[in-house]
Amino acid sequence: MQQFLQQLINGLSIGAIYALIAVGYTMVYGVLRLINFAHGDVYMIGAMTGFYAATRWFHLAQPTWLGFFFVLICSMLVCGCLGFFIEMFAYRPLRNQPRIVSLITAIAVSMLLEFGGQAKWMFGPDPKPFPDLIPGVELHPDLLHMGDVVIGKVDTLIFAVTIAMMFALRYIVRETKMGLALRAVSYRFDTASLMGVNVNRVISFTFVLGSVMAATAGVLVGLRSPKVDPLMGLLPGLKAFIAAVLGGIGNIGGAVAGGLLLGITEAMVVSYVPRGSQYRDGVAFLVLIAILVVKPSGLFGRAAIDKV
Amino acid sequence: MTKFAAMIWRFLLFLLGVGLLAFPLGARGDDIVIGEYGSLTGGTATFGTSTDEGVRLAMDQINAAGGVLGQPLRVVVEDDQSKPEAAVTAVQKLISEDHVVAVIGEVASSRSLAAAPICQRNHIPMLSPSSTNPKVTQVGNFIFRACFIDPFQGAAMANFAMKNDLGPKATKFAILYDVKNDYSVGLRQFFTETVKANGGQIVADESYGEGDIDFKAQLTNIEKASPDAIYVPGYYTEVGLICRQARDLGITVPLMGGDGWDSDKTFEIGRDAVNGCFFTNHYSPDEDSPRVKDFVAKFQAKYSAVPDAMAILGYDAMGMMADAIKRAGSTDGRAIRDALAHTQNYPGASGEITMDRHRNAEKPIVILKIENDHPHFVATVQPTASAAP
Repeated sequence: MQQFLQQLINGLSIGAIYALIAVGYTMVYGVLRLINFAHGDVYMIGAMTGFYAATRWFHLAQPTWLGFFFVLICSMLVCGCLGFFIEMFAYRPLRNQPRIVSLITAIAVSMLLEFGGQAKWMFGPDPKPFPDLIPGVELHPDLLHMGDVVIGKVDTLIFAVTIAMMFALRYIVRETKMGLALRAVSYRFDTASLMGVNVNRVISFTFVLGSVMAATAGVLVGLRSPKVDPLMGLLPGLKAFIAAVLGGIGNIGGAVAGGLLLGITEAMVVSYVPRGSQYRDGVAFLVLIAILVVKPSGLFGRAAIDKV
Repeated sequence: MTKFAAMIWRFLLFLLGVGLLAFPLGARGDDIVIGEYGSLTGGTATFGTSTDEGVRLAMDQINAAGGVLGQPLRVVVEDDQSKPEAAVTAVQKLISEDHVVAVIGEVASSRSLAAAPICQRNHIPMLSPSSTNPKVTQVGNFIFRACFIDPFQGAAMANFAMKNDLGPKATKFAILYDVKNDYSVGLRQFFTETVKANGGQIVADESYGEGDIDFKAQLTNIEKASPDAIYVPGYYTEVGLICRQARDLGITVPLMGGDGWDSDKTFEIGRDAVNGCFFTNHYSPDEDSPRVKDFVAKFQAKYSAVPDAMAILGYDAMGMMADAIKRAGSTDGRAIRDALAHTQNYPGASGEITMDRHRNAEKPIVILKIENDHPHFVATVQPTASAAP
């Protein structure tokens, strides 16, 4: 039982990261029907910005909450701008081309960020040690001890920040004018445009919002696993994509549920399947295949007839 | 496409063309070209960059002393991005386009294994500075290495852990290894064999994949098995994180590893968590020998950093190669191969190197303990009778 609880906590904490990244995939898909494969690398840039902000720009010697928020906001700003420019320069000129063109461009942008990031004058290929930003973690990483079950401070923070971000996102999408426009564009692209919605602005906004979420995930993952490198976005990017498909791509709540579910599944596979740790990544892709075969619209998506 | 975009594209194509034209105009004189392939970028980039620094230091010294056979040496380096498939293309390019007489590389056994068959087929001698998996030199008689092999490394760590005091007498071990990595899989096997032969047991056997950042699920399983020590035969990219997450979960027993731990990154990322851990290595910078001191001083003068094991082995590999070409008296692949095979008591910085009949270097191993964020020398293990091929 204790092992089950511990694995549940491990799974929730990594699942929250998947969820934050998955939201970006799903929102962009919602408005553009485009899988933005560069999204995992935006998350990498988020973590990298966090590293540079903490060590080079602000020279944070002692972990403080204020420092953490500064770093987080810095990272959000940089990634928000990056998302804006990626859409502006890579996807917008191709919007009227066949969808496959945008998809290939997305892969190209992803590679540009990964391999450009490895250049000596960018980040360099070495992994970098992400600094501690949360006070008290260095000496006492655990918040709660229940028997053998450890609930870490960072894990708790990840979960809390994820929940807060989700409520903020929910508010934006449901209650604001921009959110209304976003829903209109994702419902009928052309009609929304005819109704006077500034589609370009909405799309830019979507990219910025998704990138800000990815930046948050990047900084949080830096705190949890303090190693950041230019290729770190590859696997989490794919996993988050799986999470988005699992929850029903285009569905924000579904992406969150999919992320958490995938995180927990991975932890449980390692724990309860014999030699499970070998199959962890495999299981994630198995989930993808299974969901595509059984219910392509995802757990929470509604089946829609695609207008061709 | 708008006119503006088309103009930009044309400009980029123009730049590309200029770049391609300019490339072959590089120096090509009367020099002996040695190829080097390594991971200058990608996941395990410090392996490649450290090796390259060692190789270049050796090249500069050899050339300053008049080169080999009256000609200067020139090293052409190809990046394999830490990918086995890119190692194959890198070596193909070195052989067919740069016409290298010999090849130095790789650190990671997976990549050495991928590229070795190409060198063997083209009869170009390949000298791996630091691939320790025994399968590498079994590819063929043109493949050599400048380091010990994993059966020795795995056994040395197991013997050390069971016979020395890591605290209470260690008999129960857990293993966490990289399932995608030939080196790690091999070390796990040899460590397990030695532990079992000595009457110990493996209580948990978990794995991860290169690039993972979350090991808590596996470590939770390991914690439940309550081992006396955990063997993590991985690369520096992951071990720092593994140590930290183990400590986060309240695991206090020492973690142990192999030469893949040797990079500053392990200590930078692992910080406090790696203190009290052990790993086996090719050399220790605080070893008290004139050879090591001399090398460390020269390396620091050039790069202002303490060399890791990959750097010293890169340095020795280049030196051995130059020595072999000198003794061969020609740049013919077969002649160099024969000379390399007869390397006897070569005075390398990392120790005297003699090739055994399986083309592996017989060298002692050092065991290091990490204290105060730095590795410290604990013990030397001498090679026993030549290990199985």
